[in-house]
Amino acid sequence: MELVIFVITAIVAIIGAIAMLTSKNAVHSALFLLLNFGAIAVLYLLLQAPFLFAVQLIVYAGAIIVLFLFVVMLLGAERDEEDANPIRWQAPVAIAMAVLLIGEIIWVLVRQSQDSVTRVGSSNSDFGSPAQIAQALFTTHLLPFEVASFVLLTALIGVVVLHQRRN
Amino acid sequence: MLPTIFYIGLSGLLFVIGVCGVLLRRSTLMVFMSIELMLNSANLALVTFANQRQSLDAQIMVFFVITIAAAEVAVGLALLVMIFMRKQTTNIDTMTTLKG
Repeated sequence: MELVIFVITAIVAIIGAIAMLTSKNAVHSALFLLLNFGAIAVLYLLLQAPFLFAVQLIVYAGAIIVLFLFVVMLLGAERDEEDANPIRWQAPVAIAMAVLLIGEIIWVLVRQSQDSVTRVGSSNSDFGSPAQIAQALFTTHLLPFEVASFVLLTALIGVVVLHQRRN
Repeated sequence: MLPTIFYIGLSGLLFVIGVCGVLLRRSTLMVFMSIELMLNSANLALVTFANQRQSLDAQIMVFFVITIAAAEVAVGLALLVMIFMRKQTTNIDTMTTLKG
C-alpha cells in the first residue's frame, strides 16, 4: 500500500518538475511547481512528518507560489524568453553535466544499498507530531528559532528599502 | 517503511531537474523556480533521514530551510521587479552588471 502511494506520488512529482522545466509560459511553470510541492507534501506524510506536511502546504504551496504568480502577472513576463540563447554551447554542456550528475547519484545509491540500510531506533506513532516538534523547537533549538525571526525581519526591511521611491 | 533509497533517489532526480532548469532556462523567474525545486528535493532527503534515524533534528532543520526560502523568495522577487522596471526584461543574460 505504502509502495503504491509512493510510486503514484513520485510520478506526479517528477511529471510536475519536468513540465515546469519545459513549459514555455511562466504561469504554467508556476502551477506545475505547485503540483510538485503538493506531491512532496504527500511524501512528507508518508515519512511521518505531519507538521512539515502542513508547513509545506501553507508556506510553499500557499505563500511562495502565490508570490511567484503575482510577480509573473505583474510584470507580464509570461513569455519573456523568445530570443535564442546567445551562448550556443551552454545547452549541450548543461545536459551532459546533468546526465553525469544523475549517473553519479545512481552509482552512489547502488553502491550504498549493498550495505544494509536499517532503521535506527524503534518506530513510535507519535514521532514528528506538532507537539514533539514544538518541544524540540522551543528548548534545544530556541536560538536558531530566534535568529530565524531576525532573518525574516531583515528580509522584510530589505524589501521595503528596495521599493521605496528615491527623491 | 519503504527503503530509504527510493526517497533519496527521487530527491536526487528532482535535484538534477532543478539543476537543468537553472542551466537551461534564460528567464530569471524560471531560474528562481528551479532553485525552489532544488531546495525542496534537499528537504525531502532530510525528512527521509529524519525518519530513518527517528530523530527530530533533521525535521527542525527542514523547518528552518523553509523559513529561509520564504525570506529569500521575498527579497529575490523584489530585486527582480526592480531589475525589470529598469531593463524591461527578465532575461538573465542581460544582467551583467552589479550597479544598475
